[in-house]
Amino acid sequence: MTDQATPKVAETPVDENRRTLLKGAAAVGAFAAGTQMLPGMVPYIQAQSSEPIKVGFQVHKTGIGAAYGRWYDRTTRAAAKLINDEGGINGREVEIVAEDDGTDPKRGAEVIEKFATQHKTDVAFGTLFSHVVIGSSPRAGELKMPYFVVSEGHHVASGGLNRYTLQPGITDVKSQVQSMAPWVADNLGKKVTMIYPDFAFGHDHRDFFSEAITKQGGEVVAKIAIPPTEKSFTKYFPQIPRDTDVLYHVMVGPAVLTFVKELGEFFGGRGPEIFGFLDSLEAVDINTPGLEFLNGSYFWEGNPRYTSDMSSEHDAFYRKAVGVDDTGASITDSKDIATYSHMFGCWETLHIIKAGMEAADYSGPGDQAKLIEAVENIGVMPHSRAHPQGDKLFNGRTHQSFGHQFISKVEGGRLTPVHKTSIFDGYYPDEVDYTTQKL
Amino acid sequence: MDLGPQLMLASLDGAVGAAVLALTALGLSLVFGVMRVVNVAHGEFFMLGAMIAWFVASNIGGHPAIGFVGALIIAPLLVGAIAASADWLILKRLDYEPEATIVATIGLLYILQQGALVTFGPVAQAVEAPFNHRIEIPWFEGSNVGWGLFTTSYKLFVIAAAITILLAVWLLLSRTKMGLVMRATQLDRETAQAFGIPVEKVYALTFGFGAALAALSAVLIVPIQQADYLMGGDPLLLSFIVVIIGGLGSLRGTLIAALLIGMSDGIISVFFTPTLAKIIATLVVAMVLVFRPQGLFGAKAQ
Repeated sequence: MTDQATPKVAETPVDENRRTLLKGAAAVGAFAAGTQMLPGMVPYIQAQSSEPIKVGFQVHKTGIGAAYGRWYDRTTRAAAKLINDEGGINGREVEIVAEDDGTDPKRGAEVIEKFATQHKTDVAFGTLFSHVVIGSSPRAGELKMPYFVVSEGHHVASGGLNRYTLQPGITDVKSQVQSMAPWVADNLGKKVTMIYPDFAFGHDHRDFFSEAITKQGGEVVAKIAIPPTEKSFTKYFPQIPRDTDVLYHVMVGPAVLTFVKELGEFFGGRGPEIFGFLDSLEAVDINTPGLEFLNGSYFWEGNPRYTSDMSSEHDAFYRKAVGVDDTGASITDSKDIATYSHMFGCWETLHIIKAGMEAADYSGPGDQAKLIEAVENIGVMPHSRAHPQGDKLFNGRTHQSFGHQFISKVEGGRLTPVHKTSIFDGYYPDEVDYTTQKL
Repeated sequence: MDLGPQLMLASLDGAVGAAVLALTALGLSLVFGVMRVVNVAHGEFFMLGAMIAWFVASNIGGHPAIGFVGALIIAPLLVGAIAASADWLILKRLDYEPEATIVATIGLLYILQQGALVTFGPVAQAVEAPFNHRIEIPWFEGSNVGWGLFTTSYKLFVIAAAITILLAVWLLLSRTKMGLVMRATQLDRETAQAFGIPVEKVYALTFGFGAALAALSAVLIVPIQQADYLMGGDPLLLSFIVVIIGGLGSLRGTLIAALLIGMSDGIISVFFTPTLAKIIATLVVAMVLVFRPQGLFGAKAQ
């Protein structure tokens, strides 16, 4: 993370990475895809063991991540049901063992221990909040528990964690913001003020977006960090400089609705262009009274909440399976809005665990090293039912996936995608090679 | 933003905080003054008020004002009743022994918090304000400051409502028989009992009334901030800060300290950081405890 700012230095390693990755991936990918076909035909019968495969699901049922936890839970259960309906993994049923971590790093580490010692799960899976990932990952490494996170944080690819921690189902923040910066600079403006939550995830936004916008000839004129547990926000907004062209906001925590409402009151229909990460409005209806000012503003979306002409048949299948309607709300309760930009990661990661276990011919906890190696070689993941958000490329050395991102405009009470990035818009050189670490 | 407008914005934000804090802290101060009970569960009564407000408002339907008025009546009554029964069920059995009641109210804190989690769920909920208009604040030098210098009609309402309620509480304590009985109990429990005052009833009533004040201030704030089961921590901490600075049991001290802490929290938050505001408030508490342990307006221990 030091001298990769100049394009010339950066280009060669990116190309090399890309080529080697694609080469290795093509073969493994084809192999994995081939094996995937078989078990579906003969459900459970050919299982070497009738014991279910236990997936320890570390879920934010309570605490500041509760809204995400609710939808991560629904998505995970829908994916598990689909996998089981199609014959399970290697003929064995998948059992989700959910434990609440309270969105708390200390409890997160305890949950990992509980998975290893009490539930004896095969893998741990599903964590979103980056501080919980950072708190849990060392314990997972020590216990040799494959730990599949769905967190977006750059902590995996930065080399800060260990070989047992992987993030194959969702793109990380560094890649996301790198692919957003050119569009922001070209369409909205160059002087950016950033508002972000004051913990690892927000710091990723701050550092990598600042770096990326500078490359576009722009600058970040102010950086406003807000604690994720904060309840009222107006007091932070006077720090926004008057010459700001674009306000870049990303907020998480229980009070995101208050945050966005107060932002609207503060500007009163004037002020700079607004570009937000949908994290600021996950699980919140964009038609809530007080949010009218967002009309005409833009959002990053990981997976578009509203169906549009960009939506695929795979998305339609996934949407229906999880129980989400065309506007991103629960089909049983229109007030219950999904965390649609993030939760696909659980669906995809569970399918990657399945593909990895099948490629490794996984039979039980003794095969965990084989599973890690198989997933490291998974490479290209085509747009499919297993990957409804879009195709992805997994970098086995950095344990991080790269995928497409969306930019949507708020208009007519909907979020309409206006731009889709390519996978390589967000690609960056390796910062670590986990495969050199012992298993 | 220029210094003048920014200070104005900070003061307005601080005034809203101070108004709500004064109400919450008054409840804590009253309970300590009359009963000598340090109520650690006070923040949870605040939280319960907010959650019940959401529950009522979202179930009544119709215009947001109807739900809000419903919440304004139901939440304090219900929370007051819960608190009064907690007093009867727990504190009375402990003979209001100071150490025991602290431990008991800590237990109560967790029971209420987890009870709210089980009943209302973990997700933060919003209550729509009965009315909410953005009011541009005119600034005289340099007429056009653009965006940012504003308040809302609802925020002004919160300030006005809090002042009205504080006046009502003052009238209640100083002009009614109920207030007389409470003050008599505060002054000397045994003599009050000898004069035929039903001290136990007064205690239950006071505990319920203190909790109802916390709930009432929560109902006022919940259209500005969201309600969730973990929201009781901050009001508890700030109420303690206010009550310690003002002097435990002194209502006048509580009001002045709430104004001081609320306003300085608003202003320091805008010009520096909210964290610094909390650091300074806590430092003031330490200084007050070192140099004036009875608080700014508290009477010396008898």
